[in-house]
Amino acid sequence: MKQGQFEAIHQSTWKKFSDLLNELEAEKNTPSAEALTQFAALYRKICHLHGLTRDRHYSSYLVDYLGDLVIRGHQQLYQRKQPLLPLFLRFLVSDFPQLVRQEQRYIWFATGLLYLPTLLMFLLVLWQPDLVYTVINPGAVDNLENMYDPANRTLGSARESATNWHMFGFYISNNIGVAFRTFASGLIFAIGSIFFLIYNGFHFGAAAGHLTHVQFTETFFTFVIGHCSFELTAIVIAGAAGIKLGYALLHPGNQTRLDALKRAAAIAIRLMYGVIIMLVIAAFIEAFWSSNNVLQPGQKYIAGSVLWALVIAYFMLSGRRNKSP
Amino acid sequence: MSGYTVDRQWVILLPICQASFYKNLPLAQACLSRACVISDTGSPDLRLDTRLSLETPEGATLPLIPAGIGARIMAFVVDFLIRSGISLIFFLSFALMGYFGTGMFLIILFLLEWFYPVYFEVWRHGVTPGKKSLGLRVINDDGTPITFGPSLLRNLLRVADFLPFMYLFGVVTSVVNPQFKRLGDLAAGTLVVYDAKPLTMANFEVKGRRNVPADFTTDEQRALLMFAERSNRLTPERQQELASILAPLLHTHDPVVAIKQMANTMVGRQ
Repeated sequence: MKQGQFEAIHQSTWKKFSDLLNELEAEKNTPSAEALTQFAALYRKICHLHGLTRDRHYSSYLVDYLGDLVIRGHQQLYQRKQPLLPLFLRFLVSDFPQLVRQEQRYIWFATGLLYLPTLLMFLLVLWQPDLVYTVINPGAVDNLENMYDPANRTLGSARESATNWHMFGFYISNNIGVAFRTFASGLIFAIGSIFFLIYNGFHFGAAAGHLTHVQFTETFFTFVIGHCSFELTAIVIAGAAGIKLGYALLHPGNQTRLDALKRAAAIAIRLMYGVIIMLVIAAFIEAFWSSNNVLQPGQKYIAGSVLWALVIAYFMLSGRRNKSP
Repeated sequence: MSGYTVDRQWVILLPICQASFYKNLPLAQACLSRACVISDTGSPDLRLDTRLSLETPEGATLPLIPAGIGARIMAFVVDFLIRSGISLIFFLSFALMGYFGTGMFLIILFLLEWFYPVYFEVWRHGVTPGKKSLGLRVINDDGTPITFGPSLLRNLLRVADFLPFMYLFGVVTSVVNPQFKRLGDLAAGTLVVYDAKPLTMANFEVKGRRNVPADFTTDEQRALLMFAERSNRLTPERQQELASILAPLLHTHDPVVAIKQMANTMVGRQ
């Protein structure tokens, strides 16, 4: 068949399809139900025509025109409209804790990478107080001392509420940024995630050790006990997700490295959804509750312990009965 | 940036045409081996550009054109400027509000840094303003529209692409990768492609039609058409120089006019 004949016969089909696509892409006036029922049939027809024009070596102009229609049709047909709220709730209640349990090898590994250096540095600084300066520079140590000096403490809310908002913004941008970097740098053969976990562990251990040494324990630990359950756990999960990426590259198993990476990444990113949620909660507690001095230290320790128990119970128990796919 | 793909296609096409016309087999084979890929039919095929064919469940092949590093860097710069502009506006308006304003500003800065691309990719069909200005779009590498997970992943992994400084890993990866994917694209299974340009009726400044030789493949026809389309950006001498390579095949004294007449035939104009 000559191209001219072919065009004469089928022109109306691609005209119709292109009009339908224009309507769908504009998103303002949704096409009628009849038009929509025709979509799949028209799309298949266009795919067929595109194949024919290629096969018969019709002009590249026609081939490319139909090719564009195929792409646009494909984009419309395979769009996924996901109901966000139900998915979000399901993720919170069952998917996230299930995922954490499923990936617990990585989680335990990352836990060790964060807490062992913390403990080590804490004990080292208690034994040799000057070692704090190997991890934190002297200016920052002074800052720490100022922040947690009981002499600077005021009764009631330690800060004005506007300052709380300032700190909330800071914790959001800083802490979630740190988690994102801990995760993403794991792509480089897990090196980045491991480094950040150990580094944060050393840093936290040194700060805790130093403040214990100068006997600011009460102000320090009552401040961190509230949010650290969420914050530290989230950092551990972010590190574990990053290590999973890097491990897929190092040990891809029966797949190509690229396939292994893609599979690992699809799981790891879902862990990161949970990390974001946990860090928002942590930032909220840290900004609005941890700095509040109305509560007695004892009450704070109890509340903090309850939060730790909550986090642990959540990951151990939530979503156990839900055996849905 | 479209000039880049055209140039490249033409440059690769020329030696192939040349070699096959003059029956210079070693050179033709050398060109073939350089541009050889297994096409969707499973047979070796000449690949003249970075065009990618994806097979869909319908048995159709999606012709996608991955976007190169230059266009993507420019899109990034445009987005970066827009983001900076927005931050500046917020900075000025929140500066009056004391600590509360600073807190809000930090949150907005955070959202702009990490979620600006995600928002546009998921809710604006893979097109950020910067990508729109260059006619680019992000899609999943199976051709479907990008969803939240892959979008967040490719944007978080920007950090890895940035290492060790100034996006060095990302640039190296996407130059080496045949589909110009950076690390984040590789892990998330996403692809930046050129949006289909609206097909315009180009004016080739030449009257008349001429049949395209029957043995020209679709890719070769495409190269002819692209030559005609961009000829207004070339000097007449350069047009002559390029077109004269085809002269032995066309049996005409003026190959430039001949190619443009073929282009007329292809787009169906008189």
